[in-house]
Amino acid sequence: MRGHALSLIGLVLLAGASLAVGATDLWRGDLDAQLVLAVSRIPRTCAALLAGAGLALAGVVIQQTVQNRLVEPGLTGTPEAAMIGLLGITLVAPGAALLTKMTVAATAALAGTAGFFALARYVPRRDPMLLPLVGLIYAGILGAVAMWIAWTTDLVQFIGIWQTGEFSGVLRGRYELMWLIAGLAVVLYLLADRITILGLGEDYARALGLNYRATVLAGLAIVAVNVAVVVVTVGAMPFVGLVVPNIVSRLWGDNLRRNLPLVAMLGGGLVLAADLIGRVVRWPYEIPAATVFAIAGAAIFLWLLNAPRKRRHG
Amino acid sequence: MIEIEGLTVRRGETAALTEVTCQVPEGGITAIIGPNGAGKSTLLHAIAGLIRPDEGHIRVSGTDVARARERDRAMLLSLLTQSAGAVPRLSVRELVAFGRWPHHRGRPTAEDARLTDAAIERFDLEPLAGREVEALSGGQRQRAFLAMAYVQDTPWMLLDEPLAALDPKYTRDIMDRLRSIADDRTTRRSVVIVLHDLSIAARHSDWCVALKSGRLHGAGPASETMTSGTLTALYDTPLRIANAGKSIVVVDGD
Repeated sequence: MRGHALSLIGLVLLAGASLAVGATDLWRGDLDAQLVLAVSRIPRTCAALLAGAGLALAGVVIQQTVQNRLVEPGLTGTPEAAMIGLLGITLVAPGAALLTKMTVAATAALAGTAGFFALARYVPRRDPMLLPLVGLIYAGILGAVAMWIAWTTDLVQFIGIWQTGEFSGVLRGRYELMWLIAGLAVVLYLLADRITILGLGEDYARALGLNYRATVLAGLAIVAVNVAVVVVTVGAMPFVGLVVPNIVSRLWGDNLRRNLPLVAMLGGGLVLAADLIGRVVRWPYEIPAATVFAIAGAAIFLWLLNAPRKRRHG
Repeated sequence: MIEIEGLTVRRGETAALTEVTCQVPEGGITAIIGPNGAGKSTLLHAIAGLIRPDEGHIRVSGTDVARARERDRAMLLSLLTQSAGAVPRLSVRELVAFGRWPHHRGRPTAEDARLTDAAIERFDLEPLAGREVEALSGGQRQRAFLAMAYVQDTPWMLLDEPLAALDPKYTRDIMDRLRSIADDRTTRRSVVIVLHDLSIAARHSDWCVALKSGRLHGAGPASETMTSGTLTALYDTPLRIANAGKSIVVVDGD
């Protein structure tokens, strides 16, 4: 429980800093501070927290389902598939409502992730590096398809926006879809035991009376919607789904009934921290949060691979 | 009783099991033996309902396992198998507690906690209860998974090569524990186990199912099935049953 309390305190501090920091000075600027907070700072802070939580939770679900800790949404073709869906709907119905675009993107993401899961069944398990490599190639192929569609239809600009996650464009009225992630986090928490059991492997999951297919499908749907929402509203953010679940697993284990809130909080906190750093280092200009996270994430991941593990259970 | 009738399981072009018909009686330890690739593990997984037969059917205590709902099957059969993926980072207590999951489905009662504690005690896992499964030795890990299967409280326990890679001390420890489970009149559990080591099978099993190239080679009481003649034919190599003091060993023939 100490982990929970510390994470919560860290999160509150970060959120406070996020509300205070930006191109406009809240206390001395010409703009109305309340307006800046309501229109920009609060939505931006919420969006970063939700995006981080959503991607981290998606990462846990994928890692448990395929029993491999080196896989994450960015290595399962999920964001690329969502982009293909988005391109499709943009071409067919450019004026479609955001919710419609979102639904199409999530459906495409679901199909893309399902394709990876189907592929994963045929990948030998002996070498854990093999599956992430297969995922990298699979995502690369889907990404190439998306790029080709965009190139032939003059939509390459859009791809650029979807590929790099950053929060400067988040304003009131343009990010609210992300609250879907909060709703799905609650659903996922109700499934926490089942997702942990998936991590024991298909044989054990079924021997323990789990409806394996339905559970995997539910997990997959949550992954697809979370990733699609993030891609549509702020753009893809690799590494979050890889690094965060690994940190939590390493320090507190895989009992998701206990640790799912930690995954969500740490994911949200780290992405918000990345966004904050991106806002500060070149003030008043910004560096995309995804870029900051990728640099820090790579370092954290290298440390994770070699750090000694010490953990006791109460 | 487990009734297997005309069981055929295909893997692509080739058949893993062909028209296997046999019975496994209730009570005691039943060993499934046979050379490498005979289909032992496939048979066990088919009994567990994890592989759908292409032909024939399997009834466990009257239930057709291929058609039963997953949760009904989980009340009938528990499993110990070799998992290929990463070992989850759970403590021994957390792992064993998941054996109660089919009963409480996410809402553990005081009774579930009591039974989990009892299983941890029965398998002498108290000193390891807070340790992570990943950090245990092979023998300790098998004991933890065995405790999880045990606490599932099913009339049938199916074990797929639980002795793989265990040294003689742990082998004996696991087999003695299985014997005490099978002999426990109050719980009335039956154990079906895939075994590689013939001496272990000869010494510890009551009933024996022998497979060869996916077909039934013989099934019956261990004392009748495990003779020098049948084993020699089963493994295509001269084998002889020898008595060494109190125990039976299978040795090279000639």
